Amino acid sequence: MMNLSRSVALISLFLLPLLSFSFSVDNPTDRRVLVLLDDVSLKSSHSIFFTTLKSRGFDLDFKLADDSKLALQRYGQYLYDGLIVFAPSTERFGGSLDSKSIADFVDSGRDLILSADTSASDLIRGIALECGVDFDEDSSAMVIDHSSFSVSDGDHTLIAADDLVKSDVILGKTKIEAPVLFRGVAHSLNPTNNLVLKVLSASPSAYSANPSSKLSSPPQLTGSAISLVSVMQARNNARVVISGSLQMFSDRLFRSGVQKAGSPNKYEKSGNEQFATELSKWVFHERGHLKAGSLVHHRVGETDEPAIYRIKDDLEFSVEILEWSGKSWEPYVADDVQVQFYMMSPYVLKTLSTDKKGMFHTSFKVPDVYGVFQFKVEYEKLGYTTLSLSKQIPVRPYRHNEYERFIPTAYPYYGACFTTMAGFFVFSFVYLYHK
Amino acid sequence: MAAKKASPDLVNSSFSFKSLKLKTKQQELLLRVSILGLVYVLAFIARLFSVLRYESMIHEFDPYFNYRTTLFLTEKGFYEFWNWFDSESWYPLGRIIGGTLYPGLMVTAALIYWTLRFLRFFVHIREVCVLTAPFFASNTTLVAYFFGKEIWDTGAGLVAAALIAICPGYISRSVAGSYDNEAVAIFALLLTFYLFVKAVKTGSLSWALGSAFGYFYMVSAWGGYVFIINLVPLYVLVLLITGRYSMRLYVAYNCMYILGMLLAMQIRFVGFQHVQSGEHMAAMGVFLLMQVFYFLDWVKHQLNDTKLFQTFLRITVTSAILVGGIALGVGTASGYISPWTGRFYSLLDPTYAKDHIPIIASVSEHQPTAWSSFMFDYHILLFLFPAGLYFCFKRLSDATIFIVMYGLTSLYFAGVMVRLILVATPAVCLISAIAVSATVKNLTSLLRTKQKVPQTGSTKGVGSSKSSSKVTLDQSQPFHKNGAIALLVGVFYLLSRYAIHCTWVTSEAYSSPSIVLAARGAHGNRIIFDDYREAYYWLRQNTPTDAKVMSWWDYGYQITAMGNRTVIVDNNTWNNTHIATVGRAMSSYEDEAYDIMRSLDVNYVLVVFGGVTGYSSDDINKFLWMVRIGGGVYPVIKEPDYLVNGEFRVDKGASPKMLNCLMYKLCYYRFGELVTEYGKPTGYDRARGVEIGNKDIKLEHLEEAYTTSNWIVRIYRVKPPTNRL
Repeated sequence: MMNLSRSVALISLFLLPLLSFSFSVDNPTDRRVLVLLDDVSLKSSHSIFFTTLKSRGFDLDFKLADDSKLALQRYGQYLYDGLIVFAPSTERFGGSLDSKSIADFVDSGRDLILSADTSASDLIRGIALECGVDFDEDSSAMVIDHSSFSVSDGDHTLIAADDLVKSDVILGKTKIEAPVLFRGVAHSLNPTNNLVLKVLSASPSAYSANPSSKLSSPPQLTGSAISLVSVMQARNNARVVISGSLQMFSDRLFRSGVQKAGSPNKYEKSGNEQFATELSKWVFHERGHLKAGSLVHHRVGETDEPAIYRIKDDLEFSVEILEWSGKSWEPYVADDVQVQFYMMSPYVLKTLSTDKKGMFHTSFKVPDVYGVFQFKVEYEKLGYTTLSLSKQIPVRPYRHNEYERFIPTAYPYYGACFTTMAGFFVFSFVYLYHK
Repeated sequence: MAAKKASPDLVNSSFSFKSLKLKTKQQELLLRVSILGLVYVLAFIARLFSVLRYESMIHEFDPYFNYRTTLFLTEKGFYEFWNWFDSESWYPLGRIIGGTLYPGLMVTAALIYWTLRFLRFFVHIREVCVLTAPFFASNTTLVAYFFGKEIWDTGAGLVAAALIAICPGYISRSVAGSYDNEAVAIFALLLTFYLFVKAVKTGSLSWALGSAFGYFYMVSAWGGYVFIINLVPLYVLVLLITGRYSMRLYVAYNCMYILGMLLAMQIRFVGFQHVQSGEHMAAMGVFLLMQVFYFLDWVKHQLNDTKLFQTFLRITVTSAILVGGIALGVGTASGYISPWTGRFYSLLDPTYAKDHIPIIASVSEHQPTAWSSFMFDYHILLFLFPAGLYFCFKRLSDATIFIVMYGLTSLYFAGVMVRLILVATPAVCLISAIAVSATVKNLTSLLRTKQKVPQTGSTKGVGSSKSSSKVTLDQSQPFHKNGAIALLVGVFYLLSRYAIHCTWVTSEAYSSPSIVLAARGAHGNRIIFDDYREAYYWLRQNTPTDAKVMSWWDYGYQITAMGNRTVIVDNNTWNNTHIATVGRAMSSYEDEAYDIMRSLDVNYVLVVFGGVTGYSSDDINKFLWMVRIGGGVYPVIKEPDYLVNGEFRVDKGASPKMLNCLMYKLCYYRFGELVTEYGKPTGYDRARGVEIGNKDIKLEHLEEAYTTSNWIVRIYRVKPPTNRL
């Protein structure tokens, strides 16, 4: 094992110059993934999940979580694009890895799958907390549900969950029919964090408690406040999946049939495989990754971008948005992209029309207000990467010679002016020469 | 100067009994011109202390804006300047520079610059800007001479020129580098007054026209023109009431008012204020009154029946006042005539600003004047002034009435606001000059009569002017020769003390650029704190060009001019709400402030902190004004939250809100680790003389970007929102 990991490390070091280009803006899909396990046996017990990843072209690097040579980066360069932590009981990582370096890993725009389980260590809880997820403080607690459990086992801690987030982007276009089997620890979301969301929620009848002891006090986490699997998309579009169950990725649950208690439908195969695969596609940016070109704007009839606009100018605005299909950039098609013309508050808010080739454009009139405006495209759609683009442009008032020279309503005044002049002339003439 | 004037007299008389009368006059002219020339040079060089001691640089705050705009004007030309929309200040509102400034100063400097370029003197525009104020101060002495000559005699004119050349009240605003509106405005003010007095005296249209153009220049240069447009009608009104109405006055005022008004409307910043604002209505009322007077005069001339005329007079005057009153009432009620502005109110009622407009009251130069600063700025003029008034009243004429009214009104305003000492200075100098000149002349003529050459003594000074001063300056008091000599010596002693005082004040108090601070070290050596420029250059070189810097408004002009970065608020305090928003951010807790700063796209925050150097005009000492101005718009900010028993403290006894507000945190960040003074605990604030109350300051949303070598300016970077929250 040591030999193997050393050789893998060696190879990866050797490939580093080649690999370092694999994760980039142009190709957002992760390629090199470090898998941390707290037991070598996990590699075989969760082999289906890993095999699907490998078959999609990921380069998995399995390491024991307490491997003393663990390192995410070398010479300031990250060695991996993604990290899978399947080591719920690890109290301390080996090498230079700790919860802060994992947080930095995410902050550098890289992705993470973190799975806890019953009796998850403080380390794992700490990492989860950094991502806005609180696991149940009671380390022996599990999610218990007396109504939506899986009938096959008769165990009320094996949840058959089907409350999935409704997003094609996160979970794929094919609907997950069969319930997802889950056995593990409950977590709740930090209410102040609006980047994290539940992907798989517990049913209203679920609660979190120690199944082997009697309930002495009401459980702290109950009902649909319990999240079973959550995702977080950071502001830099790094994606994180946090699961309360390691078992749900196991071959056993992938293969087992499922029948939810009280439901007549019996499925040959649980929804776990599909769920895990689709979720891994999302988290490793094979889906739902958008890229925008720069914001382009100019006056109607011109092509160059002006340095300043004048109030009431007519302008045209466009932006190119592309979506990553996993292999190439495809035009993004949507009818809900909006642009704001913004100065402390949006003065203009317009929905952009698309030509189905990735170009979104609109035209509008600059409002009758001068100041320093911004074109802002703030596109936040569930599952997609957030697009937050802005471009500053000042808007000036009229110049002194851009006003109308003669105003029709002022003609009486012009008339008065000239008649006064003429009258004065006549008066002077009469006064001076009339005897 | 009086000494200079008197001593040639003696020389003159000993030589002159043989020489021709024409020769004496020529000599006198030569003396007068050379004295004036010397005064002209003196006025210029007395203002160069700061250039010699520091360097040729722009001072203070507002001049940096003026400098920036002048630079723009010389580079881009007048039309670009006129239409300039500045997107670098008042982010994100922007500012229409061309429509919100008085362009007189910039155009003047640019003209001087272009003239020099034309004459092949390749100077930098900065040098022109630095020396504009001394140059115009020199010109002011010339105007003062002519004005003094107009209201009294040539002697008084010369003394006035000499007095005003070195009067600290004027020097304070016109040293080299003080490139502000006032620099040219005092010249324009005095010129307008001189030309108007001349017009009233001669009744000549051309002088009145000159005065209208002087007024136009004044309007283009400084907002203080409102003083002219109110003083002149007041003067006219007084003349009307005292029965001094004349055709000369009618011509002078009507021409000056109408043409001056039309010309003033060409200045974009002033626009239609002359017909629409309450401050300018007095002039219009007096203008109408003049027409009524003229009409009555004509009717009186036509009717020869006094009784009939009396009734007619009564009816006309009441109806005229009634019509005027109704017009004013309707205009005000309909909003056509804007009410008086806060600034104007605060002049009439010194307590107004304190209660209603904290933004005006917060400026140190808007404070009521202390007696000591009168003494400081006027020295002997303070008691020569009443003596001069006495002489003026003894010889009342249209001109002396004017100078008396100018002196009294401006002195009142000088008492209301420190900065208006400047406006009163020319009047005080002129009136004092009358006192000095008349006294010296009386005394010397007394001496001269004993020396049995009476005829030359009495004709000398007044030779050119046709006034009858020698009659009114009676010799009712039987002076002895010795007494006269003693008094003369006393006068010269006082004048020499004045000269010494003025030089000392100029050198010590008024010649520091305030952008570079100087202090005395332990061994009496000079220590220069150049932190401001250090910080601004750091901003210029290390921040993105579109970075937005938030600071208290005092530093806005300097940041845009020297740092070349966008600011949120600056010294042009046109938008109170925007300033209040910044005040609110500074006085809120960090996370609340962070939201405000995010909404304004702030990238950097700049604070000025004097705790290390003992520099007292820093942001902590200005902080209560931020609270007041912020609280004036956002009632969530309450001043008592920052005070303990009505006391402003920064030590352990300070209020918890004070100890945790953004301004406190930014000023004292890491200050708790620093030993500033030997034998004192760490975190000892030398500006306030206390140990600070919160030494363990943690910043969450900001990080220290730069602190200057003496900690005077501290710059913080606003962090982007956290990645995962």
